[in-house]
Amino acid sequence: MPIEVYRIDDRLVHGQVVVGWGQPLELRFLVLVDDQVAESAWEQDLYRMGVPPEMTVHFESVASVLGRLDGYRRLPEPGMLLTGSTAAMRALVEGGASMTRINVGGLHHRAGRSPHLRYVFLDSAEEADLRAIGARGVEVSAQDVPGAVPVPLAELLVRSGG
Amino acid sequence: MSDAPRAIVAAHGDLAEGLVSAVSRVAGAAAAARLTPFSNATLGGAELVDALKQALVSTGARVVFTDLPAGSCTIAARRIAREVPGLVVVCGANLPMLLSYVLAPSVGPETIHTAVAKGQAAICIAEEGGRAD
Repeated sequence: MPIEVYRIDDRLVHGQVVVGWGQPLELRFLVLVDDQVAESAWEQDLYRMGVPPEMTVHFESVASVLGRLDGYRRLPEPGMLLTGSTAAMRALVEGGASMTRINVGGLHHRAGRSPHLRYVFLDSAEEADLRAIGARGVEVSAQDVPGAVPVPLAELLVRSGG
Repeated sequence: MSDAPRAIVAAHGDLAEGLVSAVSRVAGAAAAARLTPFSNATLGGAELVDALKQALVSTGARVVFTDLPAGSCTIAARRIAREVPGLVVVCGANLPMLLSYVLAPSVGPETIHTAVAKGQAAICIAEEGGRAD
């Protein structure tokens, strides 16, 4: 069973991930790719405690997941790979992780970011990351929950307003 | 500041506003004023922590009620609890739980436990959907 969703979300594990996507897709594992979380047992406990018992969370750094991605893809049940930043996802794609589609699920308001959608705010470096991912033939779209209409990258970048 | 129970209600969308509004309708505005609604809308993980910290400081609350155990509000509150001794985080808030909390005469560990018990006890299937002939 493949990894069903490759998602960029600065909240990492939260309600939309566990319930919004997790229940309809029957996700049974998350691969949380974050260098800081990968080094902190406390951070890992924090995220692990929030997920239901039928869901497993695997913690990886950008460097470590590249060698283990095929193993996750061979797991018998569906899962999601999560990064908290465009830079981490770009590093995966440029590091050789093949994927056909990336979901921009949530990059929220903070200083320096401009609004594109209610749940997507980007600074210039993040826009460049997404363009670089798209230039490699990966389909990038924004979609917070499965029932929402995906917004393709080209449209996302020209939209303004949260 | 009095020792009346105070808390932040932190939830998705407009749920916290709605819960506090419902407390006001049932128990009155003075009781509802002990609760401060907080929404996670538009905020990323780090910004949520900052905003929730600010709300705790400005209200003097030492209790956070949240909705989903896996939700971003819960994650943020638990992060803060790591730094703030005595901060209590309760997941799965509902109206009976909040009513019990705000109507308690004073704050204390038993206030929280009683409120959680009331909230849990109120969850039931009131009708199974069967039809008597």
